[in-house]
Amino acid sequence: MKNKTNFPSQEEEARPSRCPDNSAFKQQRLPAWKPQLNIVTVLSSFFLTGAFCLTVGVCLILSANSVREIQIDYSDKCSDCSKFRENSSNWNKECHCSVNFTLKEDILGDVFMYYGLQNFYQNHRRYMISRSDAQLLGRNVNIQRSYCAPFTTYKNGTPIAPCGAIANSMFNDTIDLFYNRNSSVVQVPLLKTGNSWWTDKNVKFRNPESYNLSSAFAGTARPPYWQKPVYLLDEGDERNTGYVNDDFIIWMRVSAFATFRNLYRRVRRIRHFADGLPAGNYTFRISYNFPVSKFKGRKHVILSTVVWSGGSNPFLGIAYVVSGTAATLAGFVITAIHLKLRKKKTYFQRQ
Amino acid sequence: MSLFELKFGKKKLKEEERQLQANNRDFNLQFEYANNSIKTSKYNFFTFLPLNLFEQFQRIANAYFLFLLILQLIPQISSLAWFTTVVPLVLVLAVSGVKDAIDDFNRHKSDKHVNNRPVQVLINGMLKEQKWMNVQVGDIIKLENNNFVTADLLLLSSSEPHSLTYIETAELDGETNLKVKQALTVTAELGEDLQKLTEFNGEVRCEAPNNKLDKFTGTLTLRGEKYALDNEKMLLRGCTIRNTEWCFGLVIYAGPDTKLMQNSGKTTFKRTSIDRLMNVLVLVIFAFLGLMCLILAIGNGIWEHDKGYYFQVYLPWAEGVNSASYSGFLMFWSYVIILNTVVPISLYVSVEIIRLGNSFYIDWDRKMYYPLNDTPAQARTTTLNEELGQIKYIFSDKTGTLTQNIMCFNKCSINGKSYGDVYDMSGQRVEINENTEKVDFSYNPLADPKFAFYDHSLVEAVKLNDVPTHRFFRLLSLCHTVMPEEKKEGSLVYQAQSPDEGALVTAARNFGFVFRARTPETITVVEMGETKVYKLLAILDFNNVRKRMSVIVQSPEGDLTLYCKGADTILYELLNSSCESLKEETTEHLNEFAGEGLRTLVVAYKNLEKDYFQDWIRRHHEASTALEGREEKLSELYEEIEKDLMLLGATAIEDKLQDGVPQTIETLAKANIKIWVLTGDKQETAVNIGYSCNLLNDDMEDVFIIDGSTSDDVLNELRNARKKMKPDSFLDSDEINIQFEKSSKKPKIIPDEQANGVYGLVITGHSLAYALEGNLELELVRTACMCKVVICCRVTPLQKAQVVELVKKYKKAVTLAIGDGANDVSMIKTAHIGVGISGQEGMQAVLSSDFSFAQFRYLQRLLLVHGRWSYIRMCKFLKYFFYKNFAFTLVHFWYGFFSGFSAQTVYDEWFITLYNLVYTSLPVLGMSLFDQDVDDRWSMLFPQLYVPGQQNLYFNKVVFVKCMLQGIYSSLILFFIPYGAMYNTMRSDGKAIADYQSFALMAQTCLLIVVSVQIGLDTSYWTVVNQFFIWGSLSVYFAITFTMYSDGMYLIFTASFPFVGTARNTLSQPNVWLAIFLSITLCVLPVVGFRFLKTQLKPTPSDKVLLKIKEAKKRPPPPSPKRRLRRTSTRRSGYAFSHQHGFGALIMSGRNMRPKSPFATTGTFSPNSDKYKHKGLAVQPQPFRCFDSSAEAGLVHRIPAWQMVWAQLVEGLPAFGGSGDPCLCGVSAVVRVKKTASSSLCVEENHEESPLYGWGAAGRHSLQHGSLIPEPARGQAGFALDYRWLCMLYSSCCSHAIAAALGFQLR
Repeated sequence: MKNKTNFPSQEEEARPSRCPDNSAFKQQRLPAWKPQLNIVTVLSSFFLTGAFCLTVGVCLILSANSVREIQIDYSDKCSDCSKFRENSSNWNKECHCSVNFTLKEDILGDVFMYYGLQNFYQNHRRYMISRSDAQLLGRNVNIQRSYCAPFTTYKNGTPIAPCGAIANSMFNDTIDLFYNRNSSVVQVPLLKTGNSWWTDKNVKFRNPESYNLSSAFAGTARPPYWQKPVYLLDEGDERNTGYVNDDFIIWMRVSAFATFRNLYRRVRRIRHFADGLPAGNYTFRISYNFPVSKFKGRKHVILSTVVWSGGSNPFLGIAYVVSGTAATLAGFVITAIHLKLRKKKTYFQRQ
Repeated sequence: MSLFELKFGKKKLKEEERQLQANNRDFNLQFEYANNSIKTSKYNFFTFLPLNLFEQFQRIANAYFLFLLILQLIPQISSLAWFTTVVPLVLVLAVSGVKDAIDDFNRHKSDKHVNNRPVQVLINGMLKEQKWMNVQVGDIIKLENNNFVTADLLLLSSSEPHSLTYIETAELDGETNLKVKQALTVTAELGEDLQKLTEFNGEVRCEAPNNKLDKFTGTLTLRGEKYALDNEKMLLRGCTIRNTEWCFGLVIYAGPDTKLMQNSGKTTFKRTSIDRLMNVLVLVIFAFLGLMCLILAIGNGIWEHDKGYYFQVYLPWAEGVNSASYSGFLMFWSYVIILNTVVPISLYVSVEIIRLGNSFYIDWDRKMYYPLNDTPAQARTTTLNEELGQIKYIFSDKTGTLTQNIMCFNKCSINGKSYGDVYDMSGQRVEINENTEKVDFSYNPLADPKFAFYDHSLVEAVKLNDVPTHRFFRLLSLCHTVMPEEKKEGSLVYQAQSPDEGALVTAARNFGFVFRARTPETITVVEMGETKVYKLLAILDFNNVRKRMSVIVQSPEGDLTLYCKGADTILYELLNSSCESLKEETTEHLNEFAGEGLRTLVVAYKNLEKDYFQDWIRRHHEASTALEGREEKLSELYEEIEKDLMLLGATAIEDKLQDGVPQTIETLAKANIKIWVLTGDKQETAVNIGYSCNLLNDDMEDVFIIDGSTSDDVLNELRNARKKMKPDSFLDSDEINIQFEKSSKKPKIIPDEQANGVYGLVITGHSLAYALEGNLELELVRTACMCKVVICCRVTPLQKAQVVELVKKYKKAVTLAIGDGANDVSMIKTAHIGVGISGQEGMQAVLSSDFSFAQFRYLQRLLLVHGRWSYIRMCKFLKYFFYKNFAFTLVHFWYGFFSGFSAQTVYDEWFITLYNLVYTSLPVLGMSLFDQDVDDRWSMLFPQLYVPGQQNLYFNKVVFVKCMLQGIYSSLILFFIPYGAMYNTMRSDGKAIADYQSFALMAQTCLLIVVSVQIGLDTSYWTVVNQFFIWGSLSVYFAITFTMYSDGMYLIFTASFPFVGTARNTLSQPNVWLAIFLSITLCVLPVVGFRFLKTQLKPTPSDKVLLKIKEAKKRPPPPSPKRRLRRTSTRRSGYAFSHQHGFGALIMSGRNMRPKSPFATTGTFSPNSDKYKHKGLAVQPQPFRCFDSSAEAGLVHRIPAWQMVWAQLVEGLPAFGGSGDPCLCGVSAVVRVKKTASSSLCVEENHEESPLYGWGAAGRHSLQHGSLIPEPARGQAGFALDYRWLCMLYSSCCSHAIAAALGFQLR
């Protein structure tokens, strides 16, 4: 003991010790939860997931099956018009065609009308960037510096409003639906507003401010493929024309894939159609303006109801059922392997 | 340094010869010699930015991102906004830049510190204080005692007689003993006369700066006369002046030209094997990236040809693009930009951060802090951590690394009686530990307080005036070449040439035979309080052949006696025949001592007759003045008189091992690490230490000794050894032989070979020189690597490096070199990892090392805990990092097939920017900073867990490919599930869902949750931080997403945030969440199943160990009794002297004597004396460990009682008490509690060796000596033991009962 009394010497006392702090963090002793894969957690995760997936999958399939959907490809049926449109000199002439179909049963509930395009590459990068959000917000910003090329200005320098490839290629067929009721033809009332996102309608798109709309767009020109300027998109409704036109907004929300459908109209549930579409014969009357044949595109018109999970796409349902089954089976396989190994282990232990 | 040398070398063509004149700066300036400032920093304020950026862009990844940035500026190609590349790049550059700046700042600081040290320079006849950096070649400077030598100096004069100057060269070559330098007589005359010194205008011509420490040639021309200069007159930078009041020197080499700096060599940039693998992988990824881009570019060409051409109605081709193939070409580059994230830019930065963090853990580890000299462990290089988990070969120095370089007089045999062991009442031998009562030397005022001896019977014998005992100690106090120093009356300090001698003289001093002073003719000894002056008549000095030394003295009474001590083998031949029976007894004792690894000497005496001696001394005088054959004549004379000696006994000196060395070596061996000891020591010493630290043991089949003196001998010996270990290895069918035959030239990797047993190999430096030659290299590697232990003795520093290089060259293994002295520097620099033992006086090894700590035993913690964790963390990090980037990036690839190969991204650009930097960086950093599979205790208990690291199992090319495949799988799921879920469907309110922005949001949300779950799955140690990071990252993702997609952001930054409203509109849809859940399930569940089945079906060895640990935690086996580290005593005598020639001649000539009174104070002695005090402390091994008692207490409450006990037994952890007083508790029994700055406790513990036994002994001892029984420790955590408990523990012989009792008390 004696030899230790000279320790610690006074000098060392005075100098701060370099002994590291004793914190749990520095000593790597932080309390921690140490989860480990064991048979209980693994099996329960497999079986629980399997059960959950199967349940959800069945629900999804059932609900998707309850969706009523009618899809009509009118690019063939209106082949005359489509040929007519291939000749670009006819750009301002109208072409109509009709498509008939029969509903054998009533479609109850809200009915939505979509137009569908196939092979239309709205997700092409150059297409997608060819717009000017600032312009669509009604601001007088220089669209020369936007990505709108080659639809920025006309050769004479007049800026295009709205500029860019997306706006220029806006879907401009008009589709009307007629109900042939006892030889009298009733036009199905369709709602053309309220089909877009609230944020798009109220935040993302705004008309330039001026005392009236046409003066707001003074000095600009319509996109080359358009038949009328932007402020005349819906002449009847002040709040649905210009940039805030619903059809335009929906078109501007470009699709992720080359095959897509956009909401076009909703059936207004009044009179005959209060419960949805009654069974019977219907006619789509289409003003065919949008040429797609050149790039082998196809156009559809779709009538559909929706459920909580959306439309009639069965993918999620099937995927869930398959995954659920796979998880459950895997659970059984793991159980089997585990039991076999345990047997072997105890067998060896006994020896 | 290298930069400086480069610059310097360019400026001045190679210096052939150095020419300089003292006191003539103008003359010397014309040669443009370097001045004494050193520069190790790289940058200054202005050059930092350009130089650092230049360096950073040399990194392949950084250069790649710069290239991307340039690509992005081309409008046709640019597929991503500029910020996606710039923001990460700037961040990465900034982080690395800041780190470099801090490093360089520290270098500047240390340079400045060294450069600004003051020194007295003679300028214009005055001594002026100057900074080191202003010293120039040709200046005369004055150094005082304990000063560092400023530059390489020519010694001019000193305060000591004959202008001797003592220096310590610890920093230079690691040797701590003093060396003597002597000035030329012509300069010595200058003395301290400033006038004369100023007038001194000698001209020196000498060789150009070089790195040879032991060689210097030059001439001094003074007043027309030439004087030869050699190394004996040089004081080299890095040395310390000792025992010399002052000295003057002439600066010959300064700054970078000094031998020290020339010797520091180039610091090579060390890289870890993972670094190299990473570089390869990055190249692989580049190739993969190129392939993907090529596929997509071809796809684009075809698409544009088939579809895009016709789609031009709505989307005309970009300006300048006129063919599909050109479009494809552009798209190639666009995709290079988009898919850039597959080469992870933040990889390098993250890796650096992780390594830095793990280095800090090493700095912070209290279990690697050595309180005795207040030295924490230090990670000096912060880039090698994971390599610590892969070590396969350890190259260790011996002196100062395995041993303390402290010799202790441990035992002795006097006249047939052995002293030194302690026995208890029942006659059982007692293990000596901290608590064993030491012999009280208080009766002797001159005793050295640090000397410890435990056997009381020896003191009794001395006190009883036992004649042989007195003679024995008288011999020890007379027969040596030690120099005493007594600055203050009573405080004697011995300067011994070898520590062994010092130990013997100190022992004699304590037992009452105090060697106090010497002159050339006399030795003053205080014998039992009575001062006696012996006449020193002759010193028959030590040399390597004689292996003995003798003195002939005349006692005050007039008796002539020859005292001799030497190696037993030699002295036994010289004994008088009457000693036969004593010889037998002594031999027995010698065997016993040798068996314990002690270094033994035999001592003998002989009374001389006056006449004979007169005759002899006359002949001796003649011989020593003879011109021819002086040596032979003298040795003949010596042999003549050293004959018919009377045996007195034997001494046993312990070359003290550092604490815990044998245990550490045992643990490391279990971890499959091979240990090679490379030492400059003699073969016997090295082998002896090999045995005592459990490297070699008698369980080994054989220990081969390679000691051939020709190349052929060595070859034969090596081959014979190999033949014995593995006869198959000589067959032609042996795989390695076949390999050699195939390609005979270039060096290749030799796979590990398995010997048919455990073997050791000892090879001497001489043989090693042959073995390291070209054709024997392979033979050496094959033979040596088959042995479990290799000891190389008598090796030079260069050979040490060569051996390391050899293993590096032929073995695919990571090497570690550990050493403490300057002679280990080359080896430390050569090995993959260099470890320096710090806290000693020399700092060279530490300065060139990558890691440093104070004790060898910390090595096991460094490797098995820190290294292993770092390795596992790094591997987990890399696996996850590659996975997450593959999963992230490849989604773009799949999308290409659906978007006309137009280089459209799937995600929002902001998401791409932030994914690696914000959303996923912290969880993975958290994992790689905190993860531990098992805690440190289990890591140390199961060293097998270290093996996967050595074999590089956790991250290699195969693992990388697996990550890649998993990433590809995940990306498929992540793309196709959202795709399927959105395809041709609508939201529950009838609006379209499949717009691009919704899809992007869905895909990125899926991805982020999937990678977060994956990191959760990878994290096996969830601390609060991990929880916070993982949940935090997810919340931050949603927070940022909702913010960026908000109205306000859109209205302010319209162009940057076009996703307005997407989050609100999409994430409210049930089927979006269903799709997200499905993606997670499909990505993660297979991984869970696969991992589980893998551990079940094909468990790796470490899986099995982990399983064992899991079971051990559940139901504990009783702690296995620790094997005693004891070996059978085969006789191994070690003559305990250095192999240099003794100091005898110097003493007899009186050249080193001071004509002053022994007690006169000469010079200042303050720092020095401190150091000695300090050194003295270290004589007693006092292992310390620090812990916070309250934290440990928390631990205690959680773990079961047995484990507490076991843990105590294994780790010796508990110890409590109030601060200040020593108190008794737990296993460690006696502790001293020292308040540290953080008010936590540093507690001393006793040996880990055989804790249970030690405990009993401790307890018993305490009970026997009532004074040690403490008051019950003051309530720290409530589990201190009081007297009753100790009694109970003592009386209980069953360890389980102790465990239970202790546990009960603890709870």
